[in-house]
Amino acid sequence: MVRRLARPLLEPALALILSLAVLTGLLAVSGYSVSESLSALWRGAFGSWSVIASGTLVRATPLLFAGLAVAIAFRAGILNIGAEGQLLAGASTATAVAMVVSPTWGMAGLVLALLAGAVAGGLWAGIAALLRLRFGVLEVISTIMLNVVMLHLTGLLVRGPLQEPTGTFPQSALIDAALRLPRLVPGTRLHAGVLLAVLCAIGAAWFLRETAPGFRLRMTGANPRAAASAGGIDVRRVTLAAFIASGAVAGLGGAVEVAGVTYALYENLSPGYGYTAIAVALLARLNPTAAIGSAVVFGALEAGASAMQRDAQVPAGMVGVVEACVILVLLASEWIAGRAGGWATLNRGGTPDGRSPDTGSTSDSPVAAAPR
Amino acid sequence: MSATAEFLDASVRSATPLLLAALGETVSEKAGVINVGLEGAIIVGCLTGLAAATALGPAGALLAAGAAGVLMAVVFAVVAIGLAADQIITGTAITMLGLGLTGTAYRVLYGEAGAALSAPTLAPIGIPVLQDIPFVGSALFRQPPPTYLAALLVPAVWWWLYRSRSGLSLRATGENPAAARSSGVSPRVVQTQAVLFGGLCGGLAGGTLVLAQVGTFAEGMSAGRGFVAIAIVALGRWNPIGAAMAALLFGMASALQFLFQALDLALPYQLFLALPYVLTLMALAVTRGRYAAPAALGARASTAT
Repeated sequence: MVRRLARPLLEPALALILSLAVLTGLLAVSGYSVSESLSALWRGAFGSWSVIASGTLVRATPLLFAGLAVAIAFRAGILNIGAEGQLLAGASTATAVAMVVSPTWGMAGLVLALLAGAVAGGLWAGIAALLRLRFGVLEVISTIMLNVVMLHLTGLLVRGPLQEPTGTFPQSALIDAALRLPRLVPGTRLHAGVLLAVLCAIGAAWFLRETAPGFRLRMTGANPRAAASAGGIDVRRVTLAAFIASGAVAGLGGAVEVAGVTYALYENLSPGYGYTAIAVALLARLNPTAAIGSAVVFGALEAGASAMQRDAQVPAGMVGVVEACVILVLLASEWIAGRAGGWATLNRGGTPDGRSPDTGSTSDSPVAAAPR
Repeated sequence: MSATAEFLDASVRSATPLLLAALGETVSEKAGVINVGLEGAIIVGCLTGLAAATALGPAGALLAAGAAGVLMAVVFAVVAIGLAADQIITGTAITMLGLGLTGTAYRVLYGEAGAALSAPTLAPIGIPVLQDIPFVGSALFRQPPPTYLAALLVPAVWWWLYRSRSGLSLRATGENPAAARSSGVSPRVVQTQAVLFGGLCGGLAGGTLVLAQVGTFAEGMSAGRGFVAIAIVALGRWNPIGAAMAALLFGMASALQFLFQALDLALPYQLFLALPYVLTLMALAVTRGRYAAPAALGARASTAT
């Protein structure tokens, strides 16, 4: 019993400790003062209440949204690497809506902008879903390409239709104060978006565990062939819905980032939140509630890395190495634990479902063979 | 140079690193392993190319870049093949690792500002007579050595895959690892070799970027080429010759921006930056069903060896 309870915590903890050891080693090899760097990291992440609120939690918010997006998709057996693009789609659209609606709308305008962001993220993911379901294009390839396309589209928007009035800087005008997410703690940057993210996580957990569509989503991810034949589940429909839901959550994250933190659209709005999100989701073992904790861990790491760069001149890129190590150690610990198929949702082994998306014609694949 | 010749030249230039990377990935995917960590191998090849250029000269640095790509592939192989982890997730981590390591190492090696360093580059070698052919001459026959290397690798890889015994084992592994095993082939050994070759090609692609084209390093300069190469493999229907055509197509789409700049059209350049990706997605959608991925592509290695 104790072992059953301990294991879900033990592995992520082990992954983090090993990854921090790697960070320490890297710091030492690169000639930085280890104690100075790590204490800067700690101060930047948890040094004071104000740092926790303005740094760690503010950083954790988009990571939680994007991490949930990844977790929902992975649970459905969809390898959505496109949270980055979906997040930007949400941010761009929310900005556009905020520019159009009258500030007198106040709260209603804010809600509209956030919803528009979620819809845009869902639609952008929908393209990848359509490409997979209708045209048999691997979603890994399509989502990554769509990320690049959206990055350039955002670049286009902030230099064209959405550029600030003077036309000098590649960014949008600031959105009206009435359309911003309220601050939670005066004097910090902590905004109401963090509550929205937590609500999303709890909602996603409830949806996956307690509802019939959530059950169908999990079954589809675990074994689409069995889900279709034994469960009578319309796997294509579930895949489409899960993909769009995943994109919508990421899009909402982008909208929240604009309405709560940046107040304007920038090309480099996201420092790769959509990719870090994969580490967030995996560390949480694709569990939405656990993703809250995991997002805080990575939020702290990113906030701490900024401080480390500022105070100890350590390149912030080192955090990317730590994130990669977390993923690799988790993958390795899965093997060490000797539980083949322990992560049912990640065990796409041998395309057991007969899903070879690129052939698009495999007769025994429910995904490919379902009537159009 | 005329606008057309310049366009063709730019097309071949953009296509070269993509083709190198795509050839390696073709081999790896033929063995049933999709390596999304290719991007990581490329960026590590870029930085290694720069770092080794002064000491080893451009040719030696290119080899060093290839070796660095192999190292990244080793990490991928240990986790994805040795520990039988999910290939896509492992590959994503390897890409993050490569981007993070190079970003860090660049600043550590060359200082906070990352002083603009320039590496000695490989000069174009003109092939007598052929380089004087109008329009296509300079694009095809007046290029730096890596372009010729890539061009020679196309038939070589094709021959290896389709005419040699080890190529047959490799393809069998990618189609049906269990059957390959029962005929005395070790899928893990074959897949590891294929992945290492893929890493070598990825590293060479990165080295080519720095040593034959840009002449310096910038953080994240691989700019998604590893992912493009994976798309090119699918577009080229898992065939080296197809990959060559797909790489050239993508190169031409990228080079369009030069052509349109010459034509002086007032279109935002972001459109041209996004265009190759959109075209690739459309091409992938259109060609569906007319090609076949190796049946066991992406399959986790069986732990019961």
